[in-house]
Amino acid sequence: MIKEKAQILDQEGIRRSLTRIAHEIIERNKGTDGLALVGIRRRGVPLAGRLAERIMDIEGHRVPVGILDITLYRDDLTTLAHQPLVRSTEISFQVEGKIVVLVDDVIYTGRTIRAALGALIDLGRPKAIQLAVLIDRGHRELPIRADYIGKNVPTAKKEEISVRLQEIDGEERVVILETPD
Amino acid sequence: MKLRGKDMVGLRHITAQEIELILNTAEAMKGIINRQIKKVPTLRGRTVITVFYEASTRTRTSFELAAKYLSADTVGIAAATSSVSKGESLKDTARNIAAMGADVVVLRHPMAGAAELLASTLQASVINAGDGAHEHPSQGLLDLFTAREKKGRLEGLKVAIIGDIMHSRVARSDIWGYTRMGAEVRLAGPSTLIPRDIEKMGAIVCENIEDALAGADVVNVLRIQTERQQQGLFPSLREYSRMFCINRERLGLAAPDALLMHPGPMNRGIEISPDVADGLQSVITEQVTNGVAVRMALLYLLIGGGAR
Repeated sequence: MIKEKAQILDQEGIRRSLTRIAHEIIERNKGTDGLALVGIRRRGVPLAGRLAERIMDIEGHRVPVGILDITLYRDDLTTLAHQPLVRSTEISFQVEGKIVVLVDDVIYTGRTIRAALGALIDLGRPKAIQLAVLIDRGHRELPIRADYIGKNVPTAKKEEISVRLQEIDGEERVVILETPD
Repeated sequence: MKLRGKDMVGLRHITAQEIELILNTAEAMKGIINRQIKKVPTLRGRTVITVFYEASTRTRTSFELAAKYLSADTVGIAAATSSVSKGESLKDTARNIAAMGADVVVLRHPMAGAAELLASTLQASVINAGDGAHEHPSQGLLDLFTAREKKGRLEGLKVAIIGDIMHSRVARSDIWGYTRMGAEVRLAGPSTLIPRDIEKMGAIVCENIEDALAGADVVNVLRIQTERQQQGLFPSLREYSRMFCINRERLGLAAPDALLMHPGPMNRGIEISPDVADGLQSVITEQVTNGVAVRMALLYLLIGGGAR
């Protein structure tokens, strides 16, 4: 049985984290010129949309938002028990020369991000790629780090972080789940 | 979700959910074909062998490109001129392929059931790229994909298949596929080229071509397979053309926004007139692009991971 160990963020917590990240993105890139957001399926997608709205509120400028599906770039396809569904990548703008902020819910081993970098670069040559995540739970297996982090959460490997978003899960919170030995 | 079998030998025993999975996956794959860098690393280190006992440019190239876009290695075995007794040579070929370590074998063979035979002897996945007049599942799937993409659905569509039904593996795969997805399939052609019990597959045989075309959403024109015609099944090509050629007037009987399809290669002026083949309703070129996407989907779904 998987049981809920603790709640890390509630609705307000998620909202404040995203607002701060939006400010940090604008500050670091000195505005929104050449900026684009790309959400990694699935939960990076609504998060990227929300960040774009925050940036619009702050700067009055709409940055392009895309959706990235990394399934075809995964390095664990042969070892997975279930074959993952391949879905479309929907990026309607040129990534060439853009500062692309990848958005995902959780960074863990870094392998998803490695796959995302490959997938993104195959679409063109961005000027820079940055990474925004809601939760960094540690345990990296690759030399990859996030540029914008909602919350650092030290975890044990047997624990799991579950980000639940209104658009996908019908609720708004982040919890730690624990699988007993 | 995953396909149930290790092979794709025909659409007869494929479920609606499996067809749905293939078409949805193909939709994502189509995005890759339209990119500047047409390559993803998914099938790196995998090998696809195409074995064609019959001539083909389109289908073979399509499978090879599909494999290459997914980073698989491809090898073609040219068996077109083989004159060895068929059953035996196929088993020999199978043994060689197994020894070379192929992950997928794409087979075209003049004998119905050849792909199934190969599938039962090989550990590798087998994709049927046409076996006699039996099935050509990847063509059937690309027809479904094109219809669904343009019409937004398959259920309730009226599909007319016109021409030489008897010798057509495309027609058979189309009938299984479309009817499984809830579309209505009507057939018309020279009565000598319509097999007696084809209605058992779930299609409707029309007395005349006008009935088949009336209000159709999709018109699929089959190639007159001049190489397969036994003498005397219809008087002459000119006579066939007069009775069954899909021209502007006949296409006008179908729905105003009907799609015109042809599995290729076309005999212009015989089964299809050049003006409609190149006209606004024609999706014949798009079928070719979609063929690559559907074959990429099949390759991914058969060997793209998930422990079997």
